[in-house]
Amino acid sequence: MKILMKGNEAICEAAIRAGCVGFFGYPITPQNEVPEYMSTKMAESGGTFVQAESEVAAINMVYGASAAGARVMTSSSSPGIALKQEGISYLAAADLPCLIVSVSRSGPGLAGILPSQSDYFQATKGGGNGDYYMPVFAPNSVQEATDFVQKSFEVAERYRTPVMVLIDGLLGQMMEPVEFSAPNIPQFDKSWAVGPRNGRERNIRNSLDLSPESLEQTNIRRFKRYDEIIANETRVESTVQDGDEVVVVAYGTSARIAVNAIEELGAAGIKAGLIRPITLWPFPNAAFQNLPASVKHVVVVELSQGQMVFDVKLAVAGKLPVHFYGRNGGMIFESPEIAREVTKIVRGE
Amino acid sequence: MTTRMVFSGFGGQGVLTLGQIIATIAMNKGKEVTWMPSYGPEMRGGTANCAVIISDSSIGSPQVITNIDVLCALNMPSIDKFLPKVNPGGLVIYNSSIITEAIARDDVRTVAIDATNIALNLGEAKVQNMVMIAGFLTASDLFTKDDVQAALQSKFGGKPELMAMNMAAIEKGM
Repeated sequence: MKILMKGNEAICEAAIRAGCVGFFGYPITPQNEVPEYMSTKMAESGGTFVQAESEVAAINMVYGASAAGARVMTSSSSPGIALKQEGISYLAAADLPCLIVSVSRSGPGLAGILPSQSDYFQATKGGGNGDYYMPVFAPNSVQEATDFVQKSFEVAERYRTPVMVLIDGLLGQMMEPVEFSAPNIPQFDKSWAVGPRNGRERNIRNSLDLSPESLEQTNIRRFKRYDEIIANETRVESTVQDGDEVVVVAYGTSARIAVNAIEELGAAGIKAGLIRPITLWPFPNAAFQNLPASVKHVVVVELSQGQMVFDVKLAVAGKLPVHFYGRNGGMIFESPEIAREVTKIVRGE
Repeated sequence: MTTRMVFSGFGGQGVLTLGQIIATIAMNKGKEVTWMPSYGPEMRGGTANCAVIISDSSIGSPQVITNIDVLCALNMPSIDKFLPKVNPGGLVIYNSSIITEAIARDDVRTVAIDATNIALNLGEAKVQNMVMIAGFLTASDLFTKDDVQAALQSKFGGKPELMAMNMAAIEKGM
């Protein structure tokens, strides 16, 4: 049965149904419905809810609980995620699974509370130190946010990595019909978890390693897992077909608006296709290979000054001109605005 | 077919809930729906609004900034802000208890609902949003009274007195 639900709340319900037993967070707009929902529902489901004293404390509570083998999560928004970056690097280094929900607002700094996509770099390139990556799912609807929360726990535990679900204030605040599937997450081996020894060797989940020989091998092993993630978990939606003159690239909220713009372009006689990266890391490079010969331009639209556009340029590898159109600061483009910009590019104006 | 709606009024008049109820009714009828609140910084006594889109096909942007098909306005600032953005031929359902000026457009359909007064006469100011639903029933074919009853049943089913109060509010508005 479908129910009408806010993105922020649907994420929580999905997490609880996926067996998440711990939420550690700190309030910030526009994701406050997440800790609000968890503060009652997590307790009702027998799990643990902690409003920590700071974002730094919350992510380190996630580290501790994950190290003990528990399925746990945190959530925050832009400047709050910035504070969590150190912890995320440590989680990656200790090979600890968890879910981090990022409901982005405008930036930089404390900035504004309205929707923005200016945290693409923060999510995909890490603010934490060291050689690490983190799978990032970028849903474009409340239903997808629900589905990817559940998928995230599976990816996190299968590859032993923190995973992020990145939405923005618009997807967090809006309501859409949502249907919860019965999550079917396999039981993964957690013999690495700390806890009662019961005769086995002591487990230590720590990132400190002062032996360069050992550290290099640890990092190489982790990158072999990253290769598996790239091979198995990359997701993209593409509507590009032969005859399209232009490819519009957008994710999340922008992709919803781009869909309208593409319809309007079609009505005006300009054939356009959409490439919507669903995982931002791994980035779906393959979707940009072997584009139809009819495609003459690639236009990236983001609610930022241009961040994903750099990954698109790497994927296109100079074969086509890559253009950019964006709004920022909480300003959201409307579809005619995108259609107008794409038209100018296609007509060489 | 797609219907783009804005519900707007003072904070506390129940416009966000009203939008949710309308979206729920449409969802129950198998339509695609989105509901999007304005969540920017607002001051006490300021306006609150939400956008609802109902469609037979998947919905792109959930925002309704222009091209409004239905404006449901519970106070005067809502008329000032959104009336210019209503499509020609669009529908304006307004709370005539406190919007006493004439609607300054002759290319839209208007339905006046004495919502605040009707709610006060029922002894419950909080149901003024529900009275506004009458405007949808009399001036649009989006849904029927049975659809409304079914949606409210899922919301207030466990509280018969609330159910009765809300249905009474809608009846009085018709």
